[in-house]
Amino acid sequence: MEHIVIIGNGISGVTAARHIRKNSHKKITIVSAESEYFFSRTALMYVYMGHLKFEHTQPYENWFWKKNNIQLKHGFVEAIHTDSNEITFEDGGRLSYDTLIIATGSKPNKFGWPGQDLEGVLGMYHKQDLEQLEVLAPNNTVCNRAVIVGGGLIGIELAEMLRSRKIPVTFLVRESSFWNGVLPAQESEMLNAHIEEHHIDLRLNTNLKEIKADENGRVTSIIIEETGEEIQCNVVGLTAGVAPNIDFIKTSRIAIGRGVKVNRFLETTIKNIYAIGDCAEQEEAIGQRRNIEAVWYTGRMMGETVAQTICGKKTAYKPGHWFNSAKFLDIEYQTYGWVFSEKNKKENEAYFQWKHPEEQKCITISFDKNTQEFLGINTFGIRLRHEIFDTWLTEKKSISKVLEYLADANFDPEFYKVHEPEIVAKFNLENNTNIHPKKKSWKRIFSKS
Amino acid sequence: MKVIKQSGLIVFLIGLGFFIGTIFLGSFSLKQNELDAFLQEKQYKSTVLKGALEKAVVNVEDLNIFEFSSRVRKAYATSNQYYDVRIAKYNKEKNWKEKGKQYQYKISGKPHSLSFTLAKKAGKGLAADNTALMWFLTFGLGILGALLFIIPDVILLGKPGIKNDGVFLSAATNRGWIGWFAFVFLVSFYVLLYFYPDFIVNWVFLVDPISLSISGNPGSQWFLYGFLYCTVMTVMAVRMYIKYRHNKYQILRTTSVLFFQIVFAFLIPEILVRFEKPWYDFKNAFPLDYDFFFRWNLEELLSSGGFGLFILVWGTVLTVVIVPVMVYFFGKRWYCSWVCGCGGLAETLGDPYRQLSSKTLLSWKFERIIIHAVLVFVLVMTSFALYTFFSGANNVLGIKTQTIQDVYGFLIGSIFAGVIGTGFYPIFGNRVWCRFGCPLAAYLGFIQRFKSRFRITTNGGQCISCGNCSTYCEQGIDVRAYAQKGENIVRSSCVGCGVCSAVCPRGVLKLENGPETGRINPTEILLGNDVNLMELVNNK
Repeated sequence: MEHIVIIGNGISGVTAARHIRKNSHKKITIVSAESEYFFSRTALMYVYMGHLKFEHTQPYENWFWKKNNIQLKHGFVEAIHTDSNEITFEDGGRLSYDTLIIATGSKPNKFGWPGQDLEGVLGMYHKQDLEQLEVLAPNNTVCNRAVIVGGGLIGIELAEMLRSRKIPVTFLVRESSFWNGVLPAQESEMLNAHIEEHHIDLRLNTNLKEIKADENGRVTSIIIEETGEEIQCNVVGLTAGVAPNIDFIKTSRIAIGRGVKVNRFLETTIKNIYAIGDCAEQEEAIGQRRNIEAVWYTGRMMGETVAQTICGKKTAYKPGHWFNSAKFLDIEYQTYGWVFSEKNKKENEAYFQWKHPEEQKCITISFDKNTQEFLGINTFGIRLRHEIFDTWLTEKKSISKVLEYLADANFDPEFYKVHEPEIVAKFNLENNTNIHPKKKSWKRIFSKS
Repeated sequence: MKVIKQSGLIVFLIGLGFFIGTIFLGSFSLKQNELDAFLQEKQYKSTVLKGALEKAVVNVEDLNIFEFSSRVRKAYATSNQYYDVRIAKYNKEKNWKEKGKQYQYKISGKPHSLSFTLAKKAGKGLAADNTALMWFLTFGLGILGALLFIIPDVILLGKPGIKNDGVFLSAATNRGWIGWFAFVFLVSFYVLLYFYPDFIVNWVFLVDPISLSISGNPGSQWFLYGFLYCTVMTVMAVRMYIKYRHNKYQILRTTSVLFFQIVFAFLIPEILVRFEKPWYDFKNAFPLDYDFFFRWNLEELLSSGGFGLFILVWGTVLTVVIVPVMVYFFGKRWYCSWVCGCGGLAETLGDPYRQLSSKTLLSWKFERIIIHAVLVFVLVMTSFALYTFFSGANNVLGIKTQTIQDVYGFLIGSIFAGVIGTGFYPIFGNRVWCRFGCPLAAYLGFIQRFKSRFRITTNGGQCISCGNCSTYCEQGIDVRAYAQKGENIVRSSCVGCGVCSAVCPRGVLKLENGPETGRINPTEILLGNDVNLMELVNNK
């Protein structure tokens, strides 16, 4: 029987395994060194914050794997031997495969800062990072201050985690405003204010120079590049993005760039070896997407796709329109289609923006100023319906149509205040148009599903 | 703010201490004329009882409630035994006439209830005489302390939003020692309330003036329970308002259950009594209201004129028409988390414990067996009751209707709904009764599952499988299992509390009522939004 070996038990590897099992009786082994069972990495923060226990981050009960005849092997893969179709483990063990799926995800970036490997310095990615944080920063007497380096999604999550235990946090952000490489200024500035409201010491335009330690090699402070200021701290979180976790592949014949090179069918340069998820690098970018996407749902989609191919129905990876979501402290964020920051947007892209006068809610709609085509929407504090926007993007709706039917796309809980009339009124005023917002229609909402 | 919160906790604990201590207060004895008046009022003819009670409780001093209860129960037992012996004797002698005469002297009723009634007359001391002061030291300090503990959260919790920090790190909400203490307290309370009402007669004294002012009668243990229920719900509703102040659905829902509890379950029934109408809670639908079709209830309603008849029709229409039609349009949430008293307590007092419900497949299996077994039980019992009512026969297929009613009342009505249903909040999560026991919930569940416009919509491919929704589902539904596959959640047990949607960090879940078509959307494969692949897979 064909033996499928999957390296990595994250969302990509596990989704692939589940769908291969749905479609076949092949032998499946999932290899992981991180944890015994699949858990949701995105939920690790909630374990530290006490919202969940670790067991709650596991989407499947422990009996699930045996019942579905999916073998789990604990071990750290040292090398892939493509000639003999086997992988070897750090402890000397071997495992042969017929088909191999590499789904090893990412690892936190380190940019060669002095002191980056000291005790007290950590990323926030693996289960082990969480366990380490629990030791290093159980409360604010053991940890008097933490410094977080890198203003992205993981950085702000780590800040929120530490603040939940009242640990003072200094947050070093290289950019002039939080995440403004991705977000338009309106949103980025709202988040700056929100971060400070949570008593996080936000330092913009600030880089790390070095991390200092005591005689035992434990972190005591950091030095800021720009000012030379020294900040006393016990914990340093490095959250300056992630990179594919592929060091163990370098010795093999599999072609790699920053990640494992794959074609649209997620095939690597070696037959019968596939790569999916964060560690895969598309040889050619898909639409405006990046070649490497460290996003939860793309990992899941790649897992689903590769399972189809492996089970005899060769299927290309087509992630469709870009979407994503996040939560910044108390503010929820969703995006559908492409909204680029001022820095990155193209000449033909224009914004329509609306912001609530008091509450932390705002939207930015990106549209083509020549054709009026709707390109994408960022929404903060208002939930929107994925399927509707997906349809609108496919149908290349104009911004005025999107605004006219915006109520259909509202996904906020019942009885929430609606803002569509204000939003449309602002657009009408700015553009001298006369759009009448339509009432929500169940018929339209469900016509596509 | 923290100081206020902590002093609130101390005040609350002092109030709780007084409340528990009140049980042991006071002395119980009767004067001869009081006893005579009592026996006359009750029309007890047993001279043996009179003698025994005189010896036990008249003009005695310093009896606490336990000693008093024990003596009174002994007196009743002595009297009944005396006549039992005589019945046996005449039976042997085949003296049917004399045997028949003896029955009028026998006294029926549960010993602790008989003792409760007499204790209400016999109580003296702080609770019975200094009621206002004692009310303040118990209820007053409890309410005040709890509010002082809760209200500073407006500031302490920070900006509005989901604040579940430390839920699983606290001994109160993660089955720690505080949780176990709360468990013991709640279970003890229900055991006393249902089975030893005389032991808590001092608590009833505390609410007598309130009862008198509403219904015109002195309170029973059930009035105490009703009053306490409303008080606890009100105080804990303040907590809900603060915790979910960003969420209008939660605020409206909390206001609704509070309204129905105070007005429909508490005030209206008591006021009906004042006007000599039957005590009736207009929102309590059969089969949750399991004795609605019992013979005694039907007889009481039928003898209460047009109003009784109206209740009879209303109660029937409520269950047969209103409940299912409303479930069709809004899901069972309209009842379970907007109207129901049990749901109301679970959503206020029980909210801090919602994360403790088990999400395993095994508990789902148990849930389905148990809740449907209770539904079958209540339906069989009711058909027995109706048969008995119409035919006059006391038993069906050799089983006494009274016996099956007693068994249900004891096992389901008291032990399951009360002792386990609420007592186990701090261990098994708040909706233990609603999830595993309530026959009405089972009935509504069938409609919700098979013929309703209600669903929880999953927002395309946004789910990140974090597990907050499943963890905070009080009904133990593994919400994530659906959400991560892009499937809508259509489950009979969902009470539509809306918390899964509230705790979702990615805006994935929305409770809504929409067209039935497409309500259940099985997606074998979820590729976010790639239409082609979806079609490919679905058409294979």
